[in-house]
Amino acid sequence: MSARDTILAGVRRSLGVSSDDAARRAAVAQRLSEARPGLIPARGQLPLEERISLFSKYAQKYGATIARVDAITGLPGEVSRYLMSHNLPASIRMGDDPLLKGAGFENETVLTVLHGASDGTDLAGVSHARGAVAESGTLVLASGPDNPVTINFLPEHHIVAVRAEDVGGSLEEAFAGIVATYGKGMMPRTVNFVTGPSRSGDIEQKIIMGAHGPRALHIVIIG
Amino acid sequence: MQITTPNFKENASRALADAPLQKALKNVEIGFIAKRLAAADALPEFEALRDNARDIKNHTLAHLDLYLEEYEKKVIASGGHVHFAETAEDARTIILDICRKRNAKTVTKGKSMITEEIELNDFFEKNGITPVETDLGEYIIQLRGETPSHIIAPAVHLNKDQVEADFRRVHTHLPPDRDLSQHEALLNEARQVLRQRYFEADVGITGANFLIAETGSSVIVTNEGNGDLTQTLGKCHVVVASLEKLVPTLNDCSQILRLLARSATGQDMSVYTTFSTGPKRTEDPDGPEEYHVVLLDNGRTSMLGTEFQEMLRCIRCGACMNHCPVYHAVGGHAYGAVYPGPMGAVLTPSLSGIEIGGQLPNASTFCGRCESVCPMRIPLPKMMRHWREREFEKHLQPTAARYGLKFWAFFAKRPKLYRAAVSLAMPVLSALGGSKRRIHSLPLAGGWTKHREMPAPEGKTFLQAWAEKQAQEAGR
Repeated sequence: MSARDTILAGVRRSLGVSSDDAARRAAVAQRLSEARPGLIPARGQLPLEERISLFSKYAQKYGATIARVDAITGLPGEVSRYLMSHNLPASIRMGDDPLLKGAGFENETVLTVLHGASDGTDLAGVSHARGAVAESGTLVLASGPDNPVTINFLPEHHIVAVRAEDVGGSLEEAFAGIVATYGKGMMPRTVNFVTGPSRSGDIEQKIIMGAHGPRALHIVIIG
Repeated sequence: MQITTPNFKENASRALADAPLQKALKNVEIGFIAKRLAAADALPEFEALRDNARDIKNHTLAHLDLYLEEYEKKVIASGGHVHFAETAEDARTIILDICRKRNAKTVTKGKSMITEEIELNDFFEKNGITPVETDLGEYIIQLRGETPSHIIAPAVHLNKDQVEADFRRVHTHLPPDRDLSQHEALLNEARQVLRQRYFEADVGITGANFLIAETGSSVIVTNEGNGDLTQTLGKCHVVVASLEKLVPTLNDCSQILRLLARSATGQDMSVYTTFSTGPKRTEDPDGPEEYHVVLLDNGRTSMLGTEFQEMLRCIRCGACMNHCPVYHAVGGHAYGAVYPGPMGAVLTPSLSGIEIGGQLPNASTFCGRCESVCPMRIPLPKMMRHWREREFEKHLQPTAARYGLKFWAFFAKRPKLYRAAVSLAMPVLSALGGSKRRIHSLPLAGGWTKHREMPAPEGKTFLQAWAEKQAQEAGR
């Protein structure tokens, strides 16, 4: 018998059940197909503008900075401003995400834009978050051909654009959005929920920012 | 690791006399308790979420065989591989095999208690593979040749100056006169040293906080981002997880995620919660080429259907040890096992056998704080009592303890005699207390008074005081 079969048989023996119990199978099938949301905290169910301010409040609590621009075309200017105010070179790493592509970075002539995955030498990276979670100030980033995961972790400064209407209330809403895009039961290779910049409290419980991931997280809300 | 659990008493005595350890342990009480309380209080639904989380895991455990099958199907459908391992040795062999096939020389690791349980690092070194721990705390203890003393804060037993000394000892390529006096400098140095290692690694190994049957995803929760770099930059991502990490759906996972970070560090969410599903897709510009999940049993299936099944709800947040007066006093290493604190006291005898782990359920005052903060509502004191019963039945306690209990039972079963004995002893103890009302040493109770003073009894026994109160109220 394979290890797999031994373990499954062991589970069934301990639970006192058999593998062909139709009621148990039906219970599991139903649970998986319905995938019902559980309790969603009241603060995860607010109307849009309140959601955005709650999202901003928690993201800042966890060390992110926030800016808001009227349209995606305002993003390149905001990126330049951020880099300048932090004395950073005018260079960013960015994927080919359609939203970012439509931002008009080519008009921001002072800015050098490198495309593709990060090799660890970039000081600043720009990503598009497909959503956000107001209840905890969390960004939701999904990997894909135009959205390298390395940009979320390797640059010292991570600048993330999120559309105002994509700021959801709860974790459940974020997952509902993923199901709508990828299909039930399907996921992109990586989904990163990001709440503030990287940190560690491993030495004497003192929280220090910038452990392995970005030292700073700047969120630009679009719209 | 060398399990030294049977020497718990000696370990504890040593820990109590260890001044740097005692200094470091103060950070546990300061660092964790108030933060958890503030985070729980700020979410009115927190208690209701605890009920839901308990129910989700109970349902999953009751159908674990079926959820394992569904999960396996989804992992395979997303291009990943699932390996079942009955024992720690099986898991090590499977992982080594994966590494050998990739001709791996260096393996980076995200923080994982399961790889501590299967003693993976030692095994790698014996087989010519260099394991690199990337979590700051894990990296520090790897440099020191130690095991974690806490499940989420592995180096909580250390002080800053000890870390500085280790970095100076090991990072000899850096200028000896550099300033490492601040926490920031230590963190930056570890960041620089480890950054290069991620790129060199052939395989990246992480644990999993959750496995999701609905999607075949594994989930890691971290604050540093090291687990993400480990699994993204390694050409092959190996997840090592025990069976009970399964939850049915993403929505079920959301319920428990709301409890995990709040219970652990008092955050609303940890900085990075990452869902990984299969290897990188064809068009993806980065990510691992291979994705493997090693599912470890190592004694867990035999906990199902027993009075210890509820322990399998544990999500390893560390709240029980953060709130445990015994853990505060002696730290994690004194437990002498992979998992310390109250959850370790219940789990260790289950995984290693009561003959080895039986001491740990006695390392409790039964104050109940662990159960009161456990996000999964695991009745830890009750389970420790079950172990104590088994230990007594198996005659595993020291003779003195057994005779002591028999002696006490003799009196306890004879109330009149008990009361007479107590009313004789009371004035004696009271007199021993002196003007400060504290007793510094007692015959036959030296072990008790060695590290703390016993408060002297005041005046009457409880039963006497109770009888008087009743009489007063009757007379009113």
